[in-house]
Amino acid sequence: MTTGARTEKPQERLVMEAGDIARALTRIAHEILERNKGTKDLALVGIRTGGVHLAHRLARRIHDIEGAQVPIGELDITLYRDDLALRKDQPVLRKTSVPFNISDLKIVLVDDVLFTGRTTRAAMDGLIDLGRPAEIQLAVLVDRGHRQLPIKANYIGKNIPTSRDEIVKVLLEEEGEEDRVVILKA
Amino acid sequence: MSLKRKDLLSLATLSVEEIMLILETADSFKEVTGREIKKVPALRGKTVVNLFFEPSTRTRTSFELAAKRLSADVINFSPSSSSVVKGETLLDTARNIEAMQADIIVLRHPAAGAAETLARSVKSSVINAGDGWHEHPTQALLDLYTIRERKLPFKGLRVAIVGDVTHSRVARSNIHALVKLGAEVRVVGPPTMIPPAVDRLGARVYYNLEDALRGVQVIMMLRLQLERQGRALFPTIREYSRLYGLTAERVKLAEPGAIVMHPGPINRGVEIAPEVADSLSSVILDQVANGVAVRMGILYLMSGAN
Repeated sequence: MTTGARTEKPQERLVMEAGDIARALTRIAHEILERNKGTKDLALVGIRTGGVHLAHRLARRIHDIEGAQVPIGELDITLYRDDLALRKDQPVLRKTSVPFNISDLKIVLVDDVLFTGRTTRAAMDGLIDLGRPAEIQLAVLVDRGHRQLPIKANYIGKNIPTSRDEIVKVLLEEEGEEDRVVILKA
Repeated sequence: MSLKRKDLLSLATLSVEEIMLILETADSFKEVTGREIKKVPALRGKTVVNLFFEPSTRTRTSFELAAKRLSADVINFSPSSSSVVKGETLLDTARNIEAMQADIIVLRHPAAGAAETLARSVKSSVINAGDGWHEHPTQALLDLYTIRERKLPFKGLRVAIVGDVTHSRVARSNIHALVKLGAEVRVVGPPTMIPPAVDRLGARVYYNLEDALRGVQVIMMLRLQLERQGRALFPTIREYSRLYGLTAERVKLAEPGAIVMHPGPINRGVEIAPEVADSLSSVILDQVANGVAVRMGILYLMSGAN
C-alpha cells in the first residue's frame, strides 16, 4: 500500500543506491541472527512483491553467515486489506505460498517500505490464519514514517523522513531494475 | 486488470482476458481452500443471497461455502419456502431482497434470460447460476479451471461433449468458452439431443460416440435428465446407455491420459460406467472441489463497491 497515483513527470530523488541496499541487508541479516541467537525455529516471510525478493536476499546472507538455510514463505495480503469494501475495482490477487507449518516458529516478516502500518497489520492477520507463530518480527528496507497504526519494525535498513504525499519506490534487480530507492514528488 | 462488470450472466459475453482473470484469481483461492483455516476476511460485511427457483444442492452449497469462506453473510432463498408460492413475481422478490441490502444475488431460474432480466432491474450484482437451457457460466468456469489444472493448454485442445446438448446450459457455456479459447469442440449425442445450428457456435457435430472420442484429451459427459424420458427424445434408457454411455473400452479411444468430466449428479451405469466414474482419469471430484475456489474468485471479483 505504498504506491499512489503517479504523475506524468515526477521528480525523482535518489535516497539509496545498490551498495547502500546491499550493506543494509547484510546488517539486517546479522541483526536477525543476533536477536534470534542463530537460525533455530527461524523463518522468513516476504510480503508480495518487493518483500519477497528482499526475503530471498536476506536468506542468502543468513546462509553465508551461518551456513543454514531458513525456510522462506511468500504472502499476498490482498484479501486482508482494510479498504476492499471501499474499492470500486478489486486488486489483482497473487498467490500466498508458505510451504511449511509456521506454528511455533519465529517469523520475520519482510517488506520493502514501512509507511502507514496497514500492510503490516494485514500481513499479521494473514499469517495468523496460517498457524500460530511463536513470534512475529518485522524487517523493512525503508521506514518512511507516517504510521496510522501502533506498529514498529524490529529491523530497519534506513529511516527516510518523507512528507505524506511523496511516494517511496524500492526498485530491485529481480524486477528488471537497477537496485535503488527513490522518492517521487507527487 | 480487474473485472469491470456488475454481473456475471454468460460466457458468450465474456472476453478471453476476463475468463483468464477469473481462472487466475481462483488459483489464489485454491490455496486458501487447502489451508487448515479455510477462511479469509475479504467479503466481511457483504451479503450474498442464493435465490434458487430450481432444486439444486451442489451449486447452491458450493456458492454458500464460497461466500462463507470469504466471510460474507449468506441467505438462501428457495421458492417452496418463500412468498413465490403466494404469487410474487421474480422481480418483486428480487427487489425485496435488494431492499435488505444484498450485495450479490446468485440466481438459478428455469427461464432462459432470467438472470439478465434481474440484472437490469436491480443494483445488486447478479451471478447466473443456471437459467433454463441458456447458460451456467460458473459451472463452465470450474470445468475450464479443472482442465487448466491438469496442464492441458486450451489452444488446439480436443474436447468431446457427450449427451443431451440441447437441454444443457452447462454444454452451451462450455462451447462458448472453449471455442473462444481456441479449443476444438465436438458435440455428440442422438439427433434429438443435438440443437440445430450448434455448428454456428463453432462446435462439430457427431452422432457416433466412438468417432467423436477418437483422439480427444477431454471427455465431458452430460447428465441424462431421466425426467425428460417421457418426451420421446430416446426410446429407452438401456438403448441410450448402449449407444452413448461412456465405458472403459470407449475411454481407450481418447488420447492416453485424457480426462473424464461430469457436472454431476451422475447416473451410474447410464451415461457413465461406474468403473469410469471411479477411474484415475475421472476428475469429477476435482471439479466439485475446484467449484468452491472458482466461485470464491468470482464473488471476490464481483464484490467491488458499486
